[in-house]
Amino acid sequence: MADEKKLFTVTIDNITVEVEPGTTILQAARKVGGDVAPPAMCYYTKLKDSGGKCRTCLVEVAAGSAADPRPMPKLVASCRTNVMDGMVVKNITSDRVIDARNGVVEFLLINHPLDCPICDQAGECHLQDLSYEHGKGASRYEFKRRTFDKHDLGPYIQLHMTRCILCYRCVYTADQVTNERKHGILMRGDHSEIATYIEKSLDNDFIGNVIDVCPVGALTDRTFRFKNRVWFTKPVDAHCNCDKCSGEVQLWMRGDEVLRVTARKDEWGEVKDTTKGETGWICNTCRFERKKASDWVIEGPSHVNRHSVISQGHYENGVKPSETIKKVMGGRDPKLLMNIKDVSEVNQVELSEIKGAATSESFKQLKKGN
Amino acid sequence: MGRKLLLDKAHIEGIRHYDVYRREGGYRSVEKALKTMSPEAVTEEVKKSGLRGRGGAGFPTGMKWSFLAKPEGVPRYLVVNADESEPGTFKDRYLMEFIPHLLIEGMITASYALGSNTSYIYIRGEYWWVKEILEVAVQEARNAGWLGKNILGSGFDCDIFVQPGAGAYICGEETALIESLEGKRGNPRIKPPFPAVKGLWGCPTVVNNVETIAAVVPIVNDGGDEYAKIGVGKSTGTKLISACGNLNKPGVYEIEMNISVEEFIYSDEYCGGIANGKRLKACIPGGSSVPILPANLLLKTAKGETRMMNYESLSDGGFATGSMMGSGGFIVMDEDQCVVKHTYTLARFYRHESCGQCSPCREGTGWMEKILLNIENGKGKMSDIDLLWDIQRKIEGNTICPLGDAAAWPVAAAIRHFRDEFEWHVTNPSDALKGNYGLANYAKPLEVAVPTA
Repeated sequence: MADEKKLFTVTIDNITVEVEPGTTILQAARKVGGDVAPPAMCYYTKLKDSGGKCRTCLVEVAAGSAADPRPMPKLVASCRTNVMDGMVVKNITSDRVIDARNGVVEFLLINHPLDCPICDQAGECHLQDLSYEHGKGASRYEFKRRTFDKHDLGPYIQLHMTRCILCYRCVYTADQVTNERKHGILMRGDHSEIATYIEKSLDNDFIGNVIDVCPVGALTDRTFRFKNRVWFTKPVDAHCNCDKCSGEVQLWMRGDEVLRVTARKDEWGEVKDTTKGETGWICNTCRFERKKASDWVIEGPSHVNRHSVISQGHYENGVKPSETIKKVMGGRDPKLLMNIKDVSEVNQVELSEIKGAATSESFKQLKKGN
Repeated sequence: MGRKLLLDKAHIEGIRHYDVYRREGGYRSVEKALKTMSPEAVTEEVKKSGLRGRGGAGFPTGMKWSFLAKPEGVPRYLVVNADESEPGTFKDRYLMEFIPHLLIEGMITASYALGSNTSYIYIRGEYWWVKEILEVAVQEARNAGWLGKNILGSGFDCDIFVQPGAGAYICGEETALIESLEGKRGNPRIKPPFPAVKGLWGCPTVVNNVETIAAVVPIVNDGGDEYAKIGVGKSTGTKLISACGNLNKPGVYEIEMNISVEEFIYSDEYCGGIANGKRLKACIPGGSSVPILPANLLLKTAKGETRMMNYESLSDGGFATGSMMGSGGFIVMDEDQCVVKHTYTLARFYRHESCGQCSPCREGTGWMEKILLNIENGKGKMSDIDLLWDIQRKIEGNTICPLGDAAAWPVAAAIRHFRDEFEWHVTNPSDALKGNYGLANYAKPLEVAVPTA
């Protein structure tokens, strides 16, 4: 008879859950879900040793364990603290936690402009969500913020350090996923910056994954930047036969156009496992070069949380209405009176063909090219 | 004269060299430990001595050693933390410079107790000449057979390596030190796991301060009980204090734990009083990261008792009325010193030295520095003082390592005890700008009867 696995009981915000030994408080809280799960900007389940840095996931341990129920004197990073049997944790039920998290958000926003209307990460930014949930209406910081020039890390990725919150996720990704880390942290303290030392390119086959792990808009996809707002696109699950990765991706489409390709994400914004159970990192070829719907086998609409802004214009389980015109016209096709592409300049170009951001200038150039 | 255990022979001509050190009784503790004691017995003596870590935290050394994991087939390491970078603290430098073999002797004995065959001295890069002194001393010890294979025929192998840092204060934090020693950027690790379980190269490691390891020598020579007779309560033995600031005789002193602060400042045996006949204004008693104490709270505790140079008395009542013994960096300020300026200088230091991993420390230290610079330059607002208080409160306890606390405590204590001086800077911007820190107008009388002797 197999040994029965001993589970630990942990109570988080008065909700009790059973988890396996070795589970972190954050993972236990995620098992409960909702507001009980602390926010995390630097922790990433699939990246070893990540977490513990941003301090957004601080929680209060009101009782260490059933055996030693003393409270922990300091708040602890829930992403790096393992549960003990009988542990009692306070997240949103703790005034200390709320106060500390409020402070952390204020610190993070010192050098991160909340310019969501012009940021390419708007709608997908974890810091945007965090600032709405735990931030203040105004900043008390009255000094000049640090700014950086945008830096192209090769043909596909752009780094804008002005928005970076130094979560280290991209560094861990490059280190662990590509095994070829060419970038890291330069300087220290509030002078720290993600850098490739002397503006090197990042051209590893899997380096595109640093875009997926970036919780803010510091690392963006140059093939998608400012092509569209994410909530105007429709995410669909798709796959292809790829010899480098699983080929299981999410396409961000507008009409029949593939505007962006990313790895599939779970509800915590982390890369999902593939159907074979491996972490679903995708290769650069899938991400940046397969931009035609015909390159992919489309599986269907991705699941999008209905509270997310991305759910705008995105429908799951939609019923396609039946075509009635032909039926009422005695089986005849309707006559096309006007093709919108013949009268609108905008619709004469394919957004995905524009190099760089979709501005009026780029439209003109594309039109000239045609 | 107070009893000296570490620096009693430091004045002897040539004691830096092996022959003289050996002639004066050096390496007796290694002989005693390896020939007559088991490793556990050495640890037991250290426990009996009540020795507490001299790097600043004051954790019981014997207990720390007993936490060391001992898995089969895995090496264990002793790392000596000589990355002495705290402003105001320079005691280890003195010890290593003048009597380096005391450290090496302590390391061999401690390595034996811990089962460490390879031990490291991680030394502050700026102490380049001390590193050279240590390297010579290590080579002398190696030549004399105190290091290497099968020392004294005991079957115990030990070697010591001296590794300089690159000049980052954060590398004095034990896990950042380990990262740096491994050749990586000196960022603190998240604990747990603690180094006693997973330290250098992923192996069980003890990180101890220079003075702590040097104290192992007299403990093993004379016995832990003898050591524990010096001092009081949980503050046993002697302590090196690096005294600086406006003193007649700044320097490194070895004191018996539990002399009074007043005796330390004013007696001729130690600091000889405040320089130029000025009055005592304040003191940071344990290195720049610990809270500053105004004169009235420095010489007397909150209960009105005489403040003593020991862990408990200095921390009496928490930070509202006490401070910490810390690393023993005793920084004295006379009546002409400006607390705002000093607080700004410290804030600038901690901002510069923050590793930048965690957001409260990375962003908070920079923010505090900028506000303090404004206040110092007469550009501050009254609300800035409350803002400073709030920022330090949100840094303290919320960071990966104690550097956040080290940055927050001086600011908190300065506001707590000298708020009116901050307010004076805000309300008298033109005087503050002139560099006249307002001390002539600073009307608060020093609430202490200053000894004349």
